[in-house]
Amino acid sequence: MSADSSAPDRIVIVGASLAGLSAAKTLRAEGYSGVLVLVGDEAHRPYDRPPLSKQVLRRDFGAETTLPQPADLDIVFRLGMAAARLDRTERAVILADGERLPYDRCLVATGTRARPWPNPAEAALDGVATLRTRDDSERLAQRLRDRPARVVLVGGGFISFEVASVCRELDIPVSVLVRDAVPLAGAVGAPLGGFMAEVARGAGVDLRLGASIARMEADPRGRLAALVLEDGGRIETDCLVVAIGAARNIAWLDGAALATDRNGLRCDRFCRALGADGLPAGGIFAAGDVAHWPNPHDGDALVAVEHWGNAVAQGRTAARNMLAPGPDAMVAHDHLADFWSQQFGLTIKLVGLTAGADSFAVVRGSMAERRFLAVFGKAGRTVAAASVDSARWLPAYRAAILQGAPFPPLIGGLDAPRRIETQVLEDAAR
Amino acid sequence: MSTLFERILDPANRADPYGLYAELRRQPICPQDDGTYVVGTHAEIDRLLHDPRISSDDLPDPQHFRWTGHPITDLIVRPVRAEIRKRHRPFIFRDPPDHEALRGRVMRAFSVARVRGMRAKTERLTRELIDKLAGKTRIDLVEEFSYPLPVTVICHLLGVPPEDEARFHGWATQLATALEPNQRGDEATQIKNEETFAEIADYIQDLVKAKRREPEDDILTDLAAGDDAERMNDYDLIATAVLLLVAGHETTVNLITNGMLTLLRFPEHLERLRREPEIAPRLIEELLRYEPPVHYRTRLALADIPIAGTTIPEGAPVVLLLASGNRDPSRFTDPDRFDPDRRDNCHLGFGGGLHYCVGAPLARIEAEIALVALSRRLREPRLLADPPPYRQGASLRGPSALPLAIAGVGEG
Ligand SMILES: Cc1cc2nc3c(=O)[nH]c(=O)nc-3n(C[C@H](O)[C@H](O)[C@H](O)COP(=O)(O)OP(=O)(O)OC[C@H]3O[C@@H](n4cnc5c(N)ncnc54)[C@H](O)[C@@H]3O)c2cc1C
Ligand code: HEM
Repeated sequence: MSADSSAPDRIVIVGASLAGLSAAKTLRAEGYSGVLVLVGDEAHRPYDRPPLSKQVLRRDFGAETTLPQPADLDIVFRLGMAAARLDRTERAVILADGERLPYDRCLVATGTRARPWPNPAEAALDGVATLRTRDDSERLAQRLRDRPARVVLVGGGFISFEVASVCRELDIPVSVLVRDAVPLAGAVGAPLGGFMAEVARGAGVDLRLGASIARMEADPRGRLAALVLEDGGRIETDCLVVAIGAARNIAWLDGAALATDRNGLRCDRFCRALGADGLPAGGIFAAGDVAHWPNPHDGDALVAVEHWGNAVAQGRTAARNMLAPGPDAMVAHDHLADFWSQQFGLTIKLVGLTAGADSFAVVRGSMAERRFLAVFGKAGRTVAAASVDSARWLPAYRAAILQGAPFPPLIGGLDAPRRIETQVLEDAAR
Repeated sequence: MSTLFERILDPANRADPYGLYAELRRQPICPQDDGTYVVGTHAEIDRLLHDPRISSDDLPDPQHFRWTGHPITDLIVRPVRAEIRKRHRPFIFRDPPDHEALRGRVMRAFSVARVRGMRAKTERLTRELIDKLAGKTRIDLVEEFSYPLPVTVICHLLGVPPEDEARFHGWATQLATALEPNQRGDEATQIKNEETFAEIADYIQDLVKAKRREPEDDILTDLAAGDDAERMNDYDLIATAVLLLVAGHETTVNLITNGMLTLLRFPEHLERLRREPEIAPRLIEELLRYEPPVHYRTRLALADIPIAGTTIPEGAPVVLLLASGNRDPSRFTDPDRFDPDRRDNCHLGFGGGLHYCVGAPLARIEAEIALVALSRRLREPRLLADPPPYRQGASLRGPSALPLAIAGVGEG
């Protein structure tokens, strides 16, 4: 009998965050009673990241981020300690201090880190920060409390817009530098990105599109003083937040002959990690932001979904499959991506993936009212829906996406615009 | 030959409609001869409850008045009043955006703290009502217990002075018929409802004035508050207050009565509840699935809705048979078994989507306190009629009386 068909009694989860904890909870709920080790390079118990760019920065009373954890999980934590290497032959995770943790199932849930500013000297300046961890967020919250004269964000994604929104709430002047012509377009397409740009400007954000930083200026003590832009413009600031995306934490897998690349760790629909040979690597699974997996809702095209909901669901699926006696008993990961963001007083929700979408239409409410639901189509089928302060209809559209309903779906009825205008998405939402 | 839905409406089938529901579920969407679409499967009901092409604004226009022969009354006063009534329907019959604003106000007034605060009061009322049964060997649970409890609770929450409660009992009973789709078309009922509504509206208007003068810690005070811009107008205020009274009354009566009826049919569970009152919450969820107080709700299709292989055409009345969805074997294992240990019980007892019951937390508290107390204090309760007699309504379905023999009343 191969090691993978006997019931496991040593499971090591690397990455003590959302996906890892979700897997740990599922393992126990499914009756797993063996050793369960959770390795995390951060010193904290698993915590939640979405509040880091929202409530924590606003210093909302009671912005508790530690994830709730049932008392009886019986987890052996190795916190503040990175996994340095994976020994597939001996089936062991080797920690930075040399400790070997043997496993018969291992879950890779190491997520991503903030992509650093490409110029290391500039990235090291006092006043240049990124936002991924609780420590990052607390430091930034402290900076905001000192009321900087201007905060600058570079990057046109959700984190950038959320932080800008908090700055405006705190009445701190803020600039957002976006290299593309439209912000957020990668996630929600140009029409919705354009809408959010208007909203941000209306809230007093100095939003600069098609802008990039040529170089940074520092004072003699190595503190950021100003940014010089490619167009020659200059912005004085001592607080820059770099929010230019995420990079997968896979360096520790080097040498393990796994199928890794910049998109993360490849896995199959059962969350089994693949080896460099393209075959499932014995006993190794992946979940969360680090996983690169075939999406059944998009003809098995490979995706890496960097959303909260996926990390929870994929952790759960991977855990079930780690306990399965064989592939026949495994369940496929078929989570339909979903995501939310809060900014400028609006709640934005998205279901499905907009990548490759070729058409867009507002089917409930209107952009003018700032309350609407829009759908995304790809080759005549509905692939995603986004709501702005109208989440109530989202479940219906979610069902339509799951059915691959013709685009545009669910027309007419309550809150319906007089006329539905379908816009063509250039560049397939990118 | 009557249609399946006509047979469901037939009072002769009130005591056990579940066989008819099973027949109906053979087809998820059942068009009836009169153009109504009846939906009895869990998945499709759930989908339609969340569908933006479905409207709750399906009341017939209030037009059925008799001519009095008096031109001012007939041509001005009544049409104007009818128009006002139409525009200020209670929000259970309204769609967004109005629905959202009105419901939001009520949700805020129905705060968690306020609802929790009703526990002690509900316990006291329950104790008093059961104390009154002492010395009797035959009781009617509906009249002597289930009926008085919810009205008193809701009156207290709304802020109706105790001395006026008796009038509310009468009004609640009459107006419940307005929520009953197969009764509200009846002309005599409509006339009686008009009269009752006029009375209760006058009463509430005065009460609201008093609350504005002297605010108190109650729901009516909260709803009446606010400065001019955001203040709820008086028509909406009255309609909302009446809705809270009516929607929370007969439903809760039915839950308590159905609860005792079911527990007496399965005495092992009655015994278990007596010994382990902590199972009450899950037992009540199972009751809401197995014998729900609200069997169906009606809607209107605002556009063609392709679903489950058919299309519900624009303009069609739609009946969502919640109680049938609750017995759908493709959603619940062993659906006809009453199983208080059931997990994964996503019943439709409180509806779903936009109009999900506002009073659910309160109803749960009332039912829990009532059923636990009844199980502990009634000695050797026995059903004197099984099935018991039922009230007319097929939607708000429940026994009109539940005659029980008891050997006495314990201390609990
Ligand atoms: C500021 C912010 C706001 C967000 N807001 C939202 C939102 O509103 N909605 C939404 O859907 N999603 C949001 N997200 C995304 C969401 O938080 C992520 O999808 C989720 O955290 C992914 O969980 P994960 O467990 O896969 O990875 P992570 O949370 O990245 O956790 C991976 C963990 O592994 C650790 N690790 C890495 N390498 C090693 C190693 N070699 N050894 C040991 N440990 C290691 C990391 O330090 C980290 O603790 C937000 C993310 C951020 C940063
Ligand atoms: C066991 C008791 C109860 C049951 C089974 C019940 C059931 C329901 C159901 C099924 C609906 C949905 C109607 C629809 O979708 O058309 C509903 C709505 C409603 N219920 Fe209840 N209910 C109960 C008790 C209460 C109580 C105690 C109150 C208030 C005091 C209340 C107030 C309301 C209101 C206001 C609505 C309308 C909500 C809206 O339209 O947004 N209910 N109830």
